[in-house]
Amino acid sequence: MPQVLKAPLAVEFPFTRSLGPVQSAFLTGLRERVLLGVKTVDGRVLVPPVEYDPVTADEIRDLVEVAGTGTVTTWAWNHEPRRGQPLDTPFAWVLVRLDGADTALLHALDVPGPDAVRTGMRVRVRWAEERTGAITDIACFEPYDGEPEQPAGHSGEFEDAITGIVAAARLDYTYSPGRAQSAYIHALSDRRMVGERCPSCRKVYVPPRGACPTCGVATSEQVEVGPRGTVTTFCIVNIKAKNLDIEVPYVYAHIALDGADLALHARIGGIPYDQVRMGLRVEPVWTDGSRFPDHYRPTGEVDAEYDTYKELL
Amino acid sequence: MSKEPVAVVGVGQTKHVAARRDVSIAGLVREAARRALDDAELSWADIDAVVIGKAPDFFEGVMMPELYLADALGAVGKPMLRVHTAGSVGGSTALVAANLVAARVHGTVLTLAFEKQSESNAMWGLSLPIPFQQPLLAGAGGFFAPHVRAYMRRTGAPDTVGSLVAYKDRRNALKNPYAHLHEHDITLEKVQASPMLWDPIRYSETCPSSDGACAMVLTDRAGAARAPRPPAWMHGGAMRSEPTLFAGKDAVSPQAGKDCAADVYRQAGIADPRRDIDAVEMYVPFSWYEPMWLENLGFADEGEGWKLTEAGVTELDGDLPVNMSGGVLSTNPIGASGMIRFAEAALQVRGLAGEHQVEGARRVLGHAYGGGSQFFSMWLVGSQPPAS
Repeated sequence: MPQVLKAPLAVEFPFTRSLGPVQSAFLTGLRERVLLGVKTVDGRVLVPPVEYDPVTADEIRDLVEVAGTGTVTTWAWNHEPRRGQPLDTPFAWVLVRLDGADTALLHALDVPGPDAVRTGMRVRVRWAEERTGAITDIACFEPYDGEPEQPAGHSGEFEDAITGIVAAARLDYTYSPGRAQSAYIHALSDRRMVGERCPSCRKVYVPPRGACPTCGVATSEQVEVGPRGTVTTFCIVNIKAKNLDIEVPYVYAHIALDGADLALHARIGGIPYDQVRMGLRVEPVWTDGSRFPDHYRPTGEVDAEYDTYKELL
Repeated sequence: MSKEPVAVVGVGQTKHVAARRDVSIAGLVREAARRALDDAELSWADIDAVVIGKAPDFFEGVMMPELYLADALGAVGKPMLRVHTAGSVGGSTALVAANLVAARVHGTVLTLAFEKQSESNAMWGLSLPIPFQQPLLAGAGGFFAPHVRAYMRRTGAPDTVGSLVAYKDRRNALKNPYAHLHEHDITLEKVQASPMLWDPIRYSETCPSSDGACAMVLTDRAGAARAPRPPAWMHGGAMRSEPTLFAGKDAVSPQAGKDCAADVYRQAGIADPRRDIDAVEMYVPFSWYEPMWLENLGFADEGEGWKLTEAGVTELDGDLPVNMSGGVLSTNPIGASGMIRFAEAALQVRGLAGEHQVEGARRVLGHAYGGGSQFFSMWLVGSQPPAS
């Protein structure tokens, strides 16, 4: 059996966040080295603050400044910091209840090893040199044995408040297309298109999926299809897509390869875009170094009759 | 034991816009939920459970946002469920909530759906660069445009039908204060002169990208008896799904859509939908889907749907009004779009639809679909309780 393929897949996007009034004040506060909590209906102070009371569901907007000193309520040692974490040397993840707050904030504690951490220890904020209005404005926490700091009673109102942030996110996967698609891709490198036939309904799937979605049974019988096929339907694309180096207008078509029981999707070339029609007979055009056909072009055969492909749109 | 009748006693939505930069996601959902509670004259304490829906998490990049929205929706200490069925999710979320009432698991349920599309880019979220796969060459409109061409070929519908739908829906939206697009100077000529994006689909025949939320309060017979305003009663509801692509798929009129409608009509005792249903709020993200769904849902014979549109039957003052709210073509916070359809159906039979009210609407269908015509959800609501 040919080798099953694998490749990294990184999903990455700079998401934007509209903050709303409470997160706006909290993050703007960090920029100004002011730590803000919010007072609940029953008088507790939540840090980090939330917009709605967890007990009564009331809207809560009463911001309260708390101290930059606090107490570790629990912790876990991080042996191997990963990309994007607060410190690049091993550190403790800590929950810190800041003086004046009733809940704890998650952050990093900079200590040489796990022996230097304990629940109940006193810590203090270490501010980042450059602050932009983000949780990373707190660089980390550090051990502290002085008196509790006294907050100045900030109102939570700022000039030039931040209303939105960009939160870049990234997820790293290892993607495998599985056995059936791997076989299909291996065959493509010989410029052959190989699908699989369902043992029950006898339909040929290209690309194959390893199972028939209608019958719910595994497929394994390989069937070479094409290379010629019929345009069953299409649209003319007039807007340039990001990351696609194709001049518009171009035709995006459903193509039923001869012997296949459903259409695949590809671009049509070698013919003016406004002359493409349903029923047009086409064949793949391969280019060096590309896994898939670059596009499909007319074969010059007479058009297929509608009745021969109307179930394959 | 028979099912508990389900009533809609509260409807709330946000004013849908391109970007709500003034609120967080929590603030957005809160606004719709608060309005639904106000409509029902209920408080958070009156709600027994919360059922929330949205489209893929990549649309905002907050994984499982329902967890952090529990405070905003008064769900702390109560059951809270998240539903996800792509673009149809607003409809299926409402049905999951309705089933909890019908099964007498809960008496009063808050259901809500949302999308804050300005926080990401839906097109990006739907076209991740999967290794070894050929990139989708055309975008969302390009995915659906070939199906529209297939419909035109199959039925012989004239090219202009799509523009008639868009012109109607955008005018209906002018009567709906919550609709996103309010194109006061819209004309049929402007629709027909708008750029051809994915031929045969023009710019003005496509939906916008919106930030918005929609909420409903569903309750049992006792709850309906206490409601300050007329309830809408659920007479039938169903969901169906099928693969996006499979050999034999009819993308123009998917079997799952036909089966879903048939199930709803059977529950509601609808023999002839064209005669027995007064109005339809259906999920039409590209204008041509109106005639396509008219056929799929049994309001017209195969090949005849476009004739209803062309004859003006689906106009607000027509014999079978379609998309009185302005539809998805005027407002599209994707995850909420299905629930907005369901909510509009409820508003119509409650007589609370304001300027876009269909006079005397007694039975109205709400419809949603999602994925590549993959998930379907529908409900039929009436002004009177279902005959038990």
